[in-house]
Amino acid sequence: MDKIADTNEQNSLGNKERLKIKRHGMQCQSPEERRHNFKEVPYGYSSEEAIEEAKRCIQCKRPYCIEGCPVNIDIPAFLKLIEEGDFLGAAKKIKETNSLPAICGRVCPQEDQCEKVCIIGKRKDTPSVAIGNLERFAADYEAKYGDIYVEVNMKKDKKIAVVGGGPAGLTVAGDLCKMGYSVSIFEALHEIGGVLMYGIPEFRLPKEILLRELKVLEDMGVEIFTNEVIGKTITVDELLGERGYSAVFIGTGAGTPKFLNIPGEEFNGVYSANEFLTRVNLMRAYNKSEFDTPIKCGKTLVVFGAGNTAMDAVRTGLRLGYEDARIFYRRSRKEMTARLEEVHHAEEEGIKFEFLINPVRFIGDENHNVTAVECERMELGEPDESGRRRPIPIKGSEFVTNIDAAVIAIGTNVNPIVPSSTPGMNLNKWGYIIADENTGKTTKKGVFAGGDIVTGAATVILAMGAGKKAAVAIDKYLETGIW
Amino acid sequence: MYEIVGKKNLGEGINLYNISAADVALKALPGQFIILRVNKNGERVPITIANSDKNNKTVTILVQTLGKTTHLLSELNVGDSLADVVGPLGIPTEIEKFGTVVCIGGGFGIAAIYPIAKALKEAGNNVISIIGARSKGLLLMEGEMRSASSEVLIATNDGSYGTKGIVTDVLRELIYDKKIQIDRIIAIGPVIMMKAVSDLTREKSIKTMVSLNPIMIDGTGMCGACRVLVDKKTKFACVDGPDFDGHLVDFDNLMNRLKFYKEEEKASYECHMKQHHNG
Ligand SMILES: Cc1cc2nc3c(=O)[nH]c(=O)nc-3n(C[C@H](O)[C@H](O)[C@H](O)COP(=O)(O)OP(=O)(O)OC[C@H]3O[C@@H](n4cnc5c(N)ncnc54)[C@H](O)[C@@H]3O)c2cc1C
Ligand SMILES: Cc1cc2nc3c(=O)[nH]c(=O)nc-3n(C[C@H](O)[C@H](O)[C@H](O)COP(=O)(O)OP(=O)(O)OC[C@H]3O[C@@H](n4cnc5c(N)ncnc54)[C@H](O)[C@@H]3O)c2cc1C
Ligand code: SF4
Ligand code: SF4
Ligand code: FES
Repeated sequence: MDKIADTNEQNSLGNKERLKIKRHGMQCQSPEERRHNFKEVPYGYSSEEAIEEAKRCIQCKRPYCIEGCPVNIDIPAFLKLIEEGDFLGAAKKIKETNSLPAICGRVCPQEDQCEKVCIIGKRKDTPSVAIGNLERFAADYEAKYGDIYVEVNMKKDKKIAVVGGGPAGLTVAGDLCKMGYSVSIFEALHEIGGVLMYGIPEFRLPKEILLRELKVLEDMGVEIFTNEVIGKTITVDELLGERGYSAVFIGTGAGTPKFLNIPGEEFNGVYSANEFLTRVNLMRAYNKSEFDTPIKCGKTLVVFGAGNTAMDAVRTGLRLGYEDARIFYRRSRKEMTARLEEVHHAEEEGIKFEFLINPVRFIGDENHNVTAVECERMELGEPDESGRRRPIPIKGSEFVTNIDAAVIAIGTNVNPIVPSSTPGMNLNKWGYIIADENTGKTTKKGVFAGGDIVTGAATVILAMGAGKKAAVAIDKYLETGIW
Repeated sequence: MYEIVGKKNLGEGINLYNISAADVALKALPGQFIILRVNKNGERVPITIANSDKNNKTVTILVQTLGKTTHLLSELNVGDSLADVVGPLGIPTEIEKFGTVVCIGGGFGIAAIYPIAKALKEAGNNVISIIGARSKGLLLMEGEMRSASSEVLIATNDGSYGTKGIVTDVLRELIYDKKIQIDRIIAIGPVIMMKAVSDLTREKSIKTMVSLNPIMIDGTGMCGACRVLVDKKTKFACVDGPDFDGHLVDFDNLMNRLKFYKEEEKASYECHMKQHHNG
């Protein structure tokens, strides 16, 4: 309390008043309505709501929130601009450090980052300032009313290849382009965006927002080559050699799905989360009348896992028409890794969560289609390496649930195409690329890496952060020639 | 971007296309495939590279018209372009000097086996090819296969050309009657054919490689749709294959997985035909 009291000097509004303002939630589509469509769930703040919410910030002298943000956005500064009604100024402020605010505002796990350490949230009765919602508001406002203006430096005569068009790659490309380099993105799929395109669904991150950001990159002059699988179509060595790139950044993500390795997993109707979501998102299977890629629907869908991927899959299933869409998780509610807001939205939508359940086998019919899953119940034992209590099976607790489809969302492994085709680039024991945390430098000269391909599955903002650091390091390397 | 620069109808429902795709053509090796999309709302469809021309920067594919996507493709002509072509995907077929190699192709599998037979011959193998079709008029690429092999054996179901029967009948004769010493067999074609070949050669432990064609989406190891069971382990055909040891493949599983979307595919095909071809 003391800390809060002595930070109010230049504020027109006293901190006492600020603390009285209740946190503003965003207006949302009603759960009944949104269960049946793929439109975005929250509508976002109105200008009035944004100003009121921004007033809750007491402009700390030592703003913990900035340290909580992996890219250190000057949060109090942009909140103050919102409070003053200068929404375009706020967007500009954010963009000094974060080039994709409309996306981060929507998908960052704020409760673990900026909002976790916000001083307001440290008090008992006052939830932290809704930094993510406000970031999203400023970015959306700019998109609607502002000119998205990017300053590009004098052209430099070196070109850089970026492998993979996910958040890490997009960030490196944008930053280097601003510095004046010629940048080409090579993407394996027919559309760029990485997980933002093929994984995260429309109802959470409308494609329009992503396309808007991609257009900014293209307008800046970033060259985008889709349908180029680096390691197959062209190798990293060829990019550095005959293709004439001075440096290569690898941001290929952690895209290979893990399976449970239990009997019956090969039955039809058992999907990896990536397949399920790719059909629906990248291939737009939810829009049957216009797009060709098929997806099945039935009555009961069970999703195994409790991260963002699991949440996206189960809510996608509901929207496709599954009447009963459930999460089965082998740990307890406390260990779920999904964003809090998504869990909350999922529950509102009628998704059932069942904890401490582990699948042991799938059961199928004569056509090899899955019809049921047998599971066992678990109890929590001692903490494991991750500090989470390890679930152990309870003997004799097996039970069978009838299902029409199952989605496995238990994580990913490294995709080996780039690592295995790039000699001289060292990998860790799981096959991820070894890269310096501060520069993205790999053990191969001229090659940088960042994002999930280095850290394993993580977050959008961490991938972007890695991209930012790499852009600085690449510039330095190309300016000095020193590796 | 990916312009069709050549097209030829090879008889009942099979077309050959030469497609301009510079980066793919430069890299393609026998046994690899591309994924194409005909238009911006289309499916991603995997097709084997039958030939590649590094000078003209084109790839040759042979496509059997089956459902909506292959039908849409069949309606395109020289000068039209495909929305997307990506490749070459998959691990190339192992080409070494094995000795005597039998290359077996059925249906559009002949297109896939041709570059492999050619490469095996260039590597110094004695290549015997067995190709099959329903009848003489439907046999694909006989001339090319002859140039790529020391001997070409033919099976037609109606007996109009070569042995009356199927490719496995010819293979059985080679193994049991002619008692030819075979060092390796490569079989590409319908799943049922690859299964029959593998069953036949298992008894004699003749190493038999098959090229699997499960349903794929990305073709880069990201989605897991293409998973197959090999030696009871899950493999991704697009990155771990498409070639696998036929004696270890669970073909029944593959056949079942290929059937999963039959109803949706049929509906989409019929809907397309109704809209564009008046029924
Ligand atoms: C369903 C789902 C939901 C998620 N939800 C959230 C969330 O709410 N909040 C959050 O912070 N994080 C979330 N994440 C995690 C987050 O999306 C990732 O951490 C982030 O996208 C990683 O970025 P990246 O750039 O490293 O890789 P990716 O986003 O994986 O992008 C990699 C790109 O590289 C391409 N590529 C791969 N191999 C090659 C190659 N050989 N040649 C050329 N291109 C190649 C891929 O096609 C892809 O486009 C989610 C992940 C998933 C799967
Ligand atoms: C590695 C590989 C190489 C192939 N090479 C050739 C080739 O050289 N020539 C050729 O004619 N065909 C080839 N195929 C098969 C070809 O991909 C399918 O015939 C095509 O996808 C059918 O699409 P459709 O929409 O016309 O038919 P649909 O009506 O959609 O499907 C007809 C049947 O094709 C299969 N199929 C459907 N979608 C896919 C998909 N996305 N991936 C794979 N199979 C699918 C299913 O068994 C389905 O029942 C290959 C497949 C693979 C995996
Ligand atoms: S980028 Fe993410 S962590 Fe940083 S301020 Fe925005 S929402 Fe918070
Ligand atoms: S957002 Fe929270 S921590 Fe940051 S300056 Fe405002 S009150 Fe302080
Ligand atoms: S097609 Fe997606 S992993 Fe093979």
